[in-house]
Amino acid sequence: MTIEKKISKKTIETETGVSRRGFVKGAAVVTGAAIGSGAFTGFPTIWAQNIKDVTLRQFGTGVSNINAVADKVKEDLGFTLQMTALDSDAVAQRAVTQPNSFDIADIEYWICKKVFPAGTMQPMDTTKLKNYQYISKLFIDGKLTPDSEIAQGTAPHTVGFVEGADSVEFASAPTQWMTLIPTIYNADTLGIRPDLIDREITSWADLLDPAFKGKASILNIPSIGIMDAAMVCEAMGEVTYGDKGNMTQEEIDKTIAVMIDAKKAGQFRAFWKSFDESVNLMASGEVVIQSMWSPAVAAVRSKGIACKYQPLKEGYRAWGGGIGLAKHLSGLELEAAYEYIDWYLSGWVGAYLNRQGYYSAAPETAKKFMSEDEWGFWMEGKAAEGDILSPEGKVMEKAGAVRDGGSYEERMGSVACWNSVMDENKHMVRKWNEFIAA
Amino acid sequence: MASDTSKRSSYFLISPMALIFAVFLVIPLLTIVVVSFWDYDEYRILPDFILENYKYLLGSAVTWSIYLNTLKYAVLTWVFTLLIGFTVAYFLAFHVRSLTWQIVLFMLCTIPFWTSNIIRMISWIPFLGRNGLLNSALINLGIVDQPLEFLLFSDFAVVLADVHLYTLFMVVPIFNSMMRIDRSLIEAARDAGASGFETLKSVIVPLSKPGIAIGSIFVITVVMGDFITVRLMSGGQSASVGLQISNEIGLLQYPAAAASAVVLLITVLLIVTALLRLVDIRKEL
Repeated sequence: MTIEKKISKKTIETETGVSRRGFVKGAAVVTGAAIGSGAFTGFPTIWAQNIKDVTLRQFGTGVSNINAVADKVKEDLGFTLQMTALDSDAVAQRAVTQPNSFDIADIEYWICKKVFPAGTMQPMDTTKLKNYQYISKLFIDGKLTPDSEIAQGTAPHTVGFVEGADSVEFASAPTQWMTLIPTIYNADTLGIRPDLIDREITSWADLLDPAFKGKASILNIPSIGIMDAAMVCEAMGEVTYGDKGNMTQEEIDKTIAVMIDAKKAGQFRAFWKSFDESVNLMASGEVVIQSMWSPAVAAVRSKGIACKYQPLKEGYRAWGGGIGLAKHLSGLELEAAYEYIDWYLSGWVGAYLNRQGYYSAAPETAKKFMSEDEWGFWMEGKAAEGDILSPEGKVMEKAGAVRDGGSYEERMGSVACWNSVMDENKHMVRKWNEFIAA
Repeated sequence: MASDTSKRSSYFLISPMALIFAVFLVIPLLTIVVVSFWDYDEYRILPDFILENYKYLLGSAVTWSIYLNTLKYAVLTWVFTLLIGFTVAYFLAFHVRSLTWQIVLFMLCTIPFWTSNIIRMISWIPFLGRNGLLNSALINLGIVDQPLEFLLFSDFAVVLADVHLYTLFMVVPIFNSMMRIDRSLIEAARDAGASGFETLKSVIVPLSKPGIAIGSIFVITVVMGDFITVRLMSGGQSASVGLQISNEIGLLQYPAAAASAVVLLITVLLIVTALLRLVDIRKEL
């Protein structure tokens, strides 16, 4: 008994000893390998020593400006990353009007279409990124698989490249110069309260079903709200569009007219503008059906309230985001930024984003950082074998759960349109104001 | 000679304030006026001189309905804050006899201001909601069978929150005016056989007019420019001029926002001028 105990204790000690030594040794090997493999290419050695003094300021929307990423950057790359989270409108404003207040911009592609031509950012040389090859084809040529159709709207690849290092003109085909390195994207649909709705929801048209009078909501960010409204009008057969992502004045007028009629009939309970508002509306039962973001659905569910991210037959409205460089970056800061962006694609963040219900722009590398069960649940539409944990370690889904909407290919393969900025943007915003004031 | 020196020292004495006004008020205002004539696209403002911003603003039916809506909120809030504010001030000034108690009760009125505006506003949401405290209470008491929907995300909610937030702005100046009323005037009225209501009508209200005017200016200017109360309490379903400006700024349409701001400023200045014509504040202060 005593001997056994002693032995086991000794074994443990030895094991820990070994693993500790092994770890130190391993770390040394990794560092050596990193240097050897040229992970620090582009740096004169003297810079590599100074890198810990570098501070990069990043800003973007709350979805991806997560402190955990900044902590991991400090750990893996050695320099400091400061994160500022803002809402979509504030991001666009800041990128255009305060170009010196940031080093790295984390922005959405539809905002990129507005922001990049303002000339406050510099294109990125893709040849300096080792992980460029792992970026999903969706962001290179717009096709998830070689035979998939390109969705309407501002598809990321249409604003993903520019002609040259100093250009602000978007290129029609992939070039060496990328505006944003894609990081995060998702397919949005309606969120519903299955406990308060007693029938199947299958179509975007259900948002305006009089059965949900006074219990529906739509988001009040015009560029995104108009797309949801268009999905609804098209599903109802009220309006036919050439391109929902770039409507004509007439299409906009018709869409808004349908929405104003619904509003006057008392269909809507409220309109939401921020993530938290959408969560509160749903959790409090003020609303039973509304346009919603995937993590907001997760937030409602984590309160113990039934909420479903309902796939619809017309498909999803997708959005994507990426990170880009401020115009003023140069020298060591610029090299550090490249290093960071390449690291972003190398898998750790990708896995983190995948675990939140978004998608990584480099799925292959993210896979290496996820367990088989996690990968199966989040990406392949398989039933979870064990509990599914959030990146913070909270239980998000119990064993046996299946992700709403199924696999990555099913979801991203049925994107009907991307969030966009239209040529008739000014007209659209004015009509949207009419809708709100009606 | 002596008057020259005093003139010079007067100019010297007002210069800091004048400088602050120039830098923080006059120059920004002029900038807004200039920008309101500029052109814009999705991501730029283009220096130009166009009347399009104003033409659209003044020619659009939306603007008129938004102004009407904003005025509705301003008038309703003004009426309720005035009634409540006057009553509270009257109670404090004429019913509470000891100065200590006046101070204590006055301080009590300011307690809500220890938390932020937005928090006080948002706390109405769980209270008024469909499954909120008030509706649950009404249903449990058997007063209604269905939750009252108009309580939240409605004009009612907006005005309620505004009244809650801004009544103190009425109480303070009215109380201040009332405290200056010579108490012997009220005794004289009573001796002359005036009833309580007559005293109120012929003595107290006229002498409280400066306070009422100042309070009204506070409340009306704040409500006319408000956007956050309208957005949160109407659930984004109503618009106000302030909200329209905030949306335009959010969409990088600075010239349009500047034009709206200029028109709003002129409107509010007209209202304030009208109020000031009713009472000569300088004489009363």
